[in-house]
Amino acid sequence: MHYRLLSFLSLLITVLSAPAYAQSGHLTLTGSSTVAPLVTEIAKRFEKTHSGTRIDVQTGGSARGINDARSGLSDIGMVSRALKASENDLTAYTIAMDGIGIILHKENGIKKLTNDQIIHIYIGQINNWKNLGGRDLPITVVNKAEGRSTLELFLKYFSLKNSQIKPSVIIGDNQQGIKTVSGNIGAIGYVSIGTAEYEIKSGASIKLLPIMDIEATTENVKNGTFPLSRPLNLVAKNTSSLLLNKFIQYAQSQEVYDLVEAQFFVPVEH
Amino acid sequence: MILSKHSSLSLSNTDNMANMFLGMFAAISSVLLLLVLSFLVYETWPIIADGRFFEFLNGSKWYPLEGQFGMLPMILSSIAVMVGAIALAGPLGIASAVFLRFYARGSVERFYRLILYVLAGIPSVVFGLWGLTELVPLITKLHPPGTSLLAATLVLALMILPTVAITSTAALKSIPENILSGAKALGLSRQGQILHIAIPAAKTGIYSGLLLSMARALGETMAVVMVAGNVVQYPTGLFQPIRTLTANIALEMAYAMDGHRAGLFAAGLILTLLVLILSILASKASKGRFV
Repeated sequence: MHYRLLSFLSLLITVLSAPAYAQSGHLTLTGSSTVAPLVTEIAKRFEKTHSGTRIDVQTGGSARGINDARSGLSDIGMVSRALKASENDLTAYTIAMDGIGIILHKENGIKKLTNDQIIHIYIGQINNWKNLGGRDLPITVVNKAEGRSTLELFLKYFSLKNSQIKPSVIIGDNQQGIKTVSGNIGAIGYVSIGTAEYEIKSGASIKLLPIMDIEATTENVKNGTFPLSRPLNLVAKNTSSLLLNKFIQYAQSQEVYDLVEAQFFVPVEH
Repeated sequence: MILSKHSSLSLSNTDNMANMFLGMFAAISSVLLLLVLSFLVYETWPIIADGRFFEFLNGSKWYPLEGQFGMLPMILSSIAVMVGAIALAGPLGIASAVFLRFYARGSVERFYRLILYVLAGIPSVVFGLWGLTELVPLITKLHPPGTSLLAATLVLALMILPTVAITSTAALKSIPENILSGAKALGLSRQGQILHIAIPAAKTGIYSGLLLSMARALGETMAVVMVAGNVVQYPTGLFQPIRTLTANIALEMAYAMDGHRAGLFAAGLILTLLVLILSILASKASKGRFV
């Protein structure tokens, strides 16, 4: 009796631990908190379709993504910008594009704003739409909460510091930004273009403004002409590993476009 | 079994077992609270060890990515919203309780009580959504940007109103009937019975209910994030956007690292201490020591 129990148990242990032995590989990814949620989703699907693999995703900012990929602490770094010239020891694989559009209320008469006008609005030097040829209406400046990558890109593009901005409302995610602007005729905000397009289609009373005369559409983000956009990259130093190549290929393939779009990014065709 | 025991003075086995298990569960809950507190202190420690904790309490600028951590405006905003909400919901809630206990009868009473319980159970995010899509646009017409101290106060008042009403009703119900009968026998008017006999007799219960509602208002997050505007500044006007401590944590926690993260834990620690003070006051009030 005891023997049977014992042999059953040892069989059970062998069966349960089998995947650990059969594991054909393990990848670690670190870096940007913008890219991480998307890569986490991709990794989940990859693990399902490639049994025996394990993918670890950790955040820590684009800088950590670069450093870890260089030092070998991680296999792949996640970086939410294009690589700099000094980083050409790494290879970048773009998995998606992210664009940020300026939004106004649909009934606001203003059709476009120059970059200088946007800066002056955000630092509080212009605080009424009549100064820009619109109606006599105070401007409600909607800004993002500290730490959000959208804020980072916005500040960098307009060469601003967050402490210079005089916000009237601070929001967390894109949805809240769209709700805030659609409920206030005098409001101006900026959100991910993918989210804004989706909401406009479902009837939100907002509109996207062009930047530098280029229309804010996912199409223009995709073809790279829209200025306020950035690539979301996977970077790697040593690309000889089979599993690593497989994962990067998978992350760039059509199989994950739905995941990319679910995060309101724009898939890139290769 | 227990009832049929010969001597009710010595504890039965069942009693002993119950004693042990109940004691164990009570110990677990208090240990959990201690763990939460020590965790908060541990995460905040980098700042406390630096001696920068008081700088946090005093500073008025919050730009964590530029190294400026000042939480005084948020502490004051949290308190302002809480005081405003209780100032609105307190009188209304107590009035509802008096109505339920002394005036409403039959189906009116049942219906009103049902409304209060439903209102108490609505998730805060629903209140926030209502505030953002209905209340804020209304306030915007009065004075943009709409998301403001006023909006947050109104939404919170609505949220804690049922809590105040339910706890006050319970307090009024618990007054011994013979006190009220005595008042009637002495020929007091109904108004006199309520104002001079019932409410004073129930005041310890009412006070502790008010304090618990204040703790709820202080801790509320989702609804406030949606309607308060979240700009870090002193609560100087009703139409100014403000950011509370809870909103600050909710907005930035997912993206914070290092000092920024410790700063958010410091905000959590301050909140916990404020709630602790309110709870101590509430327990004192319920024992009648403090009023």
